[in-house]
Amino acid sequence: MAAEKMALAKAINESLRTALDTDPKVLIMGEDVGKLGGVFRVTDGLQKDFGEDRVIDTPLAESGIVGTAIGLALRGYRPVVEIQFDGFVFPAYDQIVTQLAKMHARALGKIKLPVVIRIPYGGGIGAVEHHSESPEALFAHVAGLKVVSPSNASDAYWMMQQAIQSDDPVIFFEPKRRYWDKSEVNTDAIPGPLHKAVVAREGSDLTLAAYGPMVKVCLEAAAAAQEEGRSIEVLDLRSMSPIDFDSVQTSVEKTRHLVVVHEAPVFLGTGAEIAARITERCFYHLEAPVLRVGGYHAPYPPARLEEEYLPGLDRVLDAVDRSLAY
Amino acid sequence: MTVESTAARKPRRSAGTTAAKGGASTAGSKTAASRTAAGKGTGAAGKKAPGTPGADPELVQLLTPEGERVADATYDPYVADITPEELRGLYRDMVLSRRFDAEATSLQRQGELGLWASMLGQEAAQIGSGRATRDDDYVFPTYREHGVAWCRGVDPTNLLGMFRGVNNGGWDPNGNNFHLYTIVIGSQTLHATGYAMGIAKDGADSAVIAYFGDGASSQGDVAESFTFSAVYNAPVVFFCQNNQWAISEPTEKQTRVPLYQRAQGYGFPGVRVDGNDVLACLAVTKWALERARRGEGPTLVEAYTYRMGAHTTSDDPTKYRADEERESWEAKDPILRLRAYLEASNHADEGFFAELEAESETLGKRVREVVRAMPDPDHLAIFENVYADGHALVDEERAQFAAYQASFVDEGEGK
Repeated sequence: MAAEKMALAKAINESLRTALDTDPKVLIMGEDVGKLGGVFRVTDGLQKDFGEDRVIDTPLAESGIVGTAIGLALRGYRPVVEIQFDGFVFPAYDQIVTQLAKMHARALGKIKLPVVIRIPYGGGIGAVEHHSESPEALFAHVAGLKVVSPSNASDAYWMMQQAIQSDDPVIFFEPKRRYWDKSEVNTDAIPGPLHKAVVAREGSDLTLAAYGPMVKVCLEAAAAAQEEGRSIEVLDLRSMSPIDFDSVQTSVEKTRHLVVVHEAPVFLGTGAEIAARITERCFYHLEAPVLRVGGYHAPYPPARLEEEYLPGLDRVLDAVDRSLAY
Repeated sequence: MTVESTAARKPRRSAGTTAAKGGASTAGSKTAASRTAAGKGTGAAGKKAPGTPGADPELVQLLTPEGERVADATYDPYVADITPEELRGLYRDMVLSRRFDAEATSLQRQGELGLWASMLGQEAAQIGSGRATRDDDYVFPTYREHGVAWCRGVDPTNLLGMFRGVNNGGWDPNGNNFHLYTIVIGSQTLHATGYAMGIAKDGADSAVIAYFGDGASSQGDVAESFTFSAVYNAPVVFFCQNNQWAISEPTEKQTRVPLYQRAQGYGFPGVRVDGNDVLACLAVTKWALERARRGEGPTLVEAYTYRMGAHTTSDDPTKYRADEERESWEAKDPILRLRAYLEASNHADEGFFAELEAESETLGKRVREVVRAMPDPDHLAIFENVYADGHALVDEERAQFAAYQASFVDEGEGK
């Protein structure tokens, strides 16, 4: 296939297809993932080509989906389960946190749990309640889980391959409002490590660190700031557990200013962890406190208010101004 | 390790840390109780199809509480070829697992274990069902299946690590196809179902058995496992030990219908078996496992039994149940009833019982010695096996912790 421009959702579809094709132990499970191809069509056509035994439509029971995936993994399978929307993962949260995350350690390493849990997350698509949340910090806080989120089609393709090949459970957050964004995917490339951050745009005055849906907003903010003569570096974190603090540190030692941007509530979130660690690591390099831009300590608002809630260009640029004003 | 440090490590449903007043009982300490409190079953069933949904709630019973063998046309074939030696084996399993259980209760009282969940009274349900499994079957226990672990060949002392606080599981589940104990109520029924789905995909003829209690029957995960197993026709046997009490809550607080009847709503058979009758438990579980192997899907077996002791050593059953109830169940003791049968049928002599008593003593001694000799885990064990493929933060924190520990050594203060 080699290099091809494709939408992020299509890249995940291709990645799942490759995985199903190369490893007979890979299974796709979830609600509506078969004939419909998922509500976002991410699994479109997979059941047709790989059969109902490999691409499994499940009962509408999230705990059941994850709990049986654990059992299948114990039998030697590599299930990739789809949770239909972010807010629907909570019925499965118990299985993920009390069982999936801890079983490898409890068995003294004798068993592995190679389960991938795909969760379309985040807002910006005008959806109803429980369809727009960003619960990544709740999973990153749990030892035993790995948590990642791609921001573009190429990462989506490769990170999914790597998540499926990982012997650890991986929570794979898919930025649903970027599903239709197209970019180049080179399926012959050699991808970097799954948990390594990448510099999405180089700059020297300030670092914007983001992941998933907010990387695009930060790139736009950096372009806008360029017009005002500011050189902004954008770091795509890609992984929330583990977080590649080394890359953040390298960037901050260069720019001396850091703003972390995510859709999730700021309070006790990924940004808070990065601010604390980077303050520890880069105390003498920083010329301003680490600032955070994100959601408020409020339920995700109704769709007509989500543009106020979600970090947009102006809120990011305002934080850039505040940081550089120190 | 101190007992204080592990006192909080207990099943989710255990209440408080107050030492129980009752519940500790040792093997063979009970005398033959009143024979007037007979079991409920008549053993006269024979016409109904196995596991007929909505059938008469009568117990499947092959041995009366008095130890008399009764006929059951449906389930007799599953124990028809049992030899006297195998019957003695079932007796031995029950006596030794009871002895192990009593030893663990004593060790908790002596401060050697932080907690213990006794299986006293449930020996027949566990040994009967456990001996019905094949080596290639897979068992998903809750946290009280010490007798099933015994049947699977798990060294019983392995079960004590988590209760002593030296690990959170401690055995290789694939070593004996016996999964780790599961503390969160009912979670393992879904793992069992998924594993069974995998067996079906593999085209193998193994089966899975999932254990849970009457309290767990209220959990959503158990309901979801019923749904998934039925929809995918998974080869799994759900073995519910209805021991009448979920800590202080009686079965009436869990259900308004007999538990085995729940299966009907999911489209698979449910059977209630006398859980204190090892022969009946063996026969019914064999029947259910064979159904699963033939591709006929799941079965719910409700073993109607009684938890003679406390929920755990932190519990105090004298606060919520009457002595008379316990006494009525003592009359149905699974070990006494098989002994009566063995003696009446001349399948075992005094020499066998004496030899078993000696073996029981040896087991008790070994359990005590092994537990007391269990080393505390290495400090760095905190960071072991958190991830299979490693994790940068764990690596960083391990290094920091190791350096911190080493700083004490450098100062001559020791670890």
